[in-house]
Amino acid sequence: MGAPAKADVARLPEPDVAREWLATMTLIRRFEERAGEMYARAKVGGFLHLSIGEEATIVGSARALRTTDYLVSTYRSHGHALVRGTPPEKVMAELFGRVDGCSRGRGGSMHMFDLERRFMGGYGIVGGNLPIAAGVALASDYTGTDEVTLCTFGDGACNQGTFGETLNLAALWRLPVVFMVTNNQFGMGTALQRHSAVTDLRRKGEGLGVPGMSCDGMDVLDTHAVLSWAVERVRTERRPVLVEAITYRFRGHSMADPEQYRTKEEVAQWRERDPIPAFGELLLGAGVLDERQREQIDADAVARVDAAVQFAESSPHPEPDSLYDDVYVLDRARWGTYSVKTTDPQAHPSSPAERQRDDAAQAADGADEIPQQMSDALLLGEEAT
Amino acid sequence: MSELRYRDALGAALREELHRDERVLLMGEDIGVFGGAFKVTAGLLEEFGERRVRDTPISENTIVGMGVGAAMSGLRPVVELMTINFSLLAFDQIVNHAAHIHYMFGGQVRVPLVVRMPQGAGHQLGPTHSHCLEALFLHVPGLLVAVPATAADAKGLLKSAIRDDNPVIFIEHESLYGVRGEVPDSEEHLVDFGRARVSREGSDVTIVAVSRMALTAERAAAVLADEHGVQAEVIDPRTLRPLDLDTILASVRKTNRCVIVEEGWPHGGVGANLAALVCEQAFDDLDAPVARVSGADVPMPYSKPLEDIAYPHEPQIVDAALQTLGAAGSR
Repeated sequence: MGAPAKADVARLPEPDVAREWLATMTLIRRFEERAGEMYARAKVGGFLHLSIGEEATIVGSARALRTTDYLVSTYRSHGHALVRGTPPEKVMAELFGRVDGCSRGRGGSMHMFDLERRFMGGYGIVGGNLPIAAGVALASDYTGTDEVTLCTFGDGACNQGTFGETLNLAALWRLPVVFMVTNNQFGMGTALQRHSAVTDLRRKGEGLGVPGMSCDGMDVLDTHAVLSWAVERVRTERRPVLVEAITYRFRGHSMADPEQYRTKEEVAQWRERDPIPAFGELLLGAGVLDERQREQIDADAVARVDAAVQFAESSPHPEPDSLYDDVYVLDRARWGTYSVKTTDPQAHPSSPAERQRDDAAQAADGADEIPQQMSDALLLGEEAT
Repeated sequence: MSELRYRDALGAALREELHRDERVLLMGEDIGVFGGAFKVTAGLLEEFGERRVRDTPISENTIVGMGVGAAMSGLRPVVELMTINFSLLAFDQIVNHAAHIHYMFGGQVRVPLVVRMPQGAGHQLGPTHSHCLEALFLHVPGLLVAVPATAADAKGLLKSAIRDDNPVIFIEHESLYGVRGEVPDSEEHLVDFGRARVSREGSDVTIVAVSRMALTAERAAAVLADEHGVQAEVIDPRTLRPLDLDTILASVRKTNRCVIVEEGWPHGGVGANLAALVCEQAFDDLDAPVARVSGADVPMPYSKPLEDIAYPHEPQIVDAALQTLGAAGSR
């Protein structure tokens, strides 16, 4: 790698901050590698989309946010949960489909969520998250806060209708959103130049009133610098910005990808720019990190991932009884049949007599506040039990 | 009580809820300066300003999706789509997102969103503006579906919808906007979801009718009484999710006959669903097969005579009721 360029050193943040960035990128890398192993061992079901190679885009962008800002992501979102501070245990448990997962085992790999940390979700539909992010930003604007929403999506999403619709509306209403296209060169297996007439993706917002810029998504410093500028501009000027982070995913689109659409040489070429060793070398060269600390960062990441796997293994599967929980919010008086459970012969036993009895009981209580957990009542078509 | 048009009852509900709750805001195509394609929102922009009454571009999927995001963040958006056919452009946001987010994220976040839109035939608008698609939304767990037929229900259900923490698909009817009805004046006039309205009591046959058909069925019931001596009980479910199945079943247990009337298509429709539920739950009480009256199984034609026969009118309902009673057709 050689000595770091002076300009790079000058761009370095405080040593603690720089080491935390390296540690978080390393954690994401080790987490993803282990998730892949767990998938191969059938501990993880469904699809598994890994962000190996894209860690600088995740850490560089998320660290440009305040904790009060929002992040909205895609189906490739394990790293986005981790960077926001969701414990690896909860992310791994979600992959395992367990009750302690960050979506209680309901979402899986593609649908991570952590409201407390303002990680407003991973979304499985390409482009489906853009309008949602704009809505989150609308709420920030409406309530008079200076929060910013960062919305990430892939190069493939730029061809969805929601891209044009949402950028136009966000510009029209001056919503505080940073749209960040993580250009990893492929929409699944279709290369950028085969799916987009305009391959300079930052330009795709211009005609919609959203100025664009790009950053080197293999360089956490550049990503952070550009995103910081974008986030603060959006915060003060209340106008959306589009940032293209140019990167590469080292692994397949998902675990089920034979990667026939690209050459091993191409992958190897990009791997030479692996953002984690590159940043590690930079910190070593700048004297911010010594070799022992670097090893420790990696060992810590591995240990946290080990603990996450152990936690996920020991977390229980959701109870069968919980199948119908949270289909609906049930905190007001409820009437009628919400869900039909055709497999259960007792699905609709409620009779008018039972209803009248319940009516009377409720009137006697003088309350129409119903406890949250009442999925049985929901199925039975009664209002309260 | 005041006599209001259906559209004005809806407008009153919006106005009252905008006053009551700062978190409520309206978004939709031409709801502001234009006053709404069907004038439901007329005057609200002037009264509440652009922050709360927002004209949007023609971008249905994004308008609904922004409503989802805003609802997840604590607002209570009411999105208007110009017709139900346009909601198909927003189906990703309605089904994959609005309906599923509460469940998919383990109950951490709620989506108190209302999506309003009118449906219905009769204005020669052809196959892209005339359909009744409540069955599409009824199909989806996570959504609530309201189909008000009267001015009082339009107001009371809309106010309940806005106060509900679930995503509500609120389906109005184009032919009802000008229909007048008595509406309670109270700002707390709420109609609970999951409680049917029995508009006429009778002991011979149960007629369950949805959306505008609730009114058509009432007129058919009058014909049945006057010309055939048949006393029909007419039930308007008012909401399809939740469904007041108890009221329907109790009526069927009394009359032993059931006719279901909808304006939408028959395959996989509201009637198909309801007929299955009635057969599962009250088979022993039925003295005749459940009868269905529905819209024709075709895209809605423009031609007036063809359009007229493509959705139900009173005679078909009368015929169906008489058939459950073993009588020959009335015509």
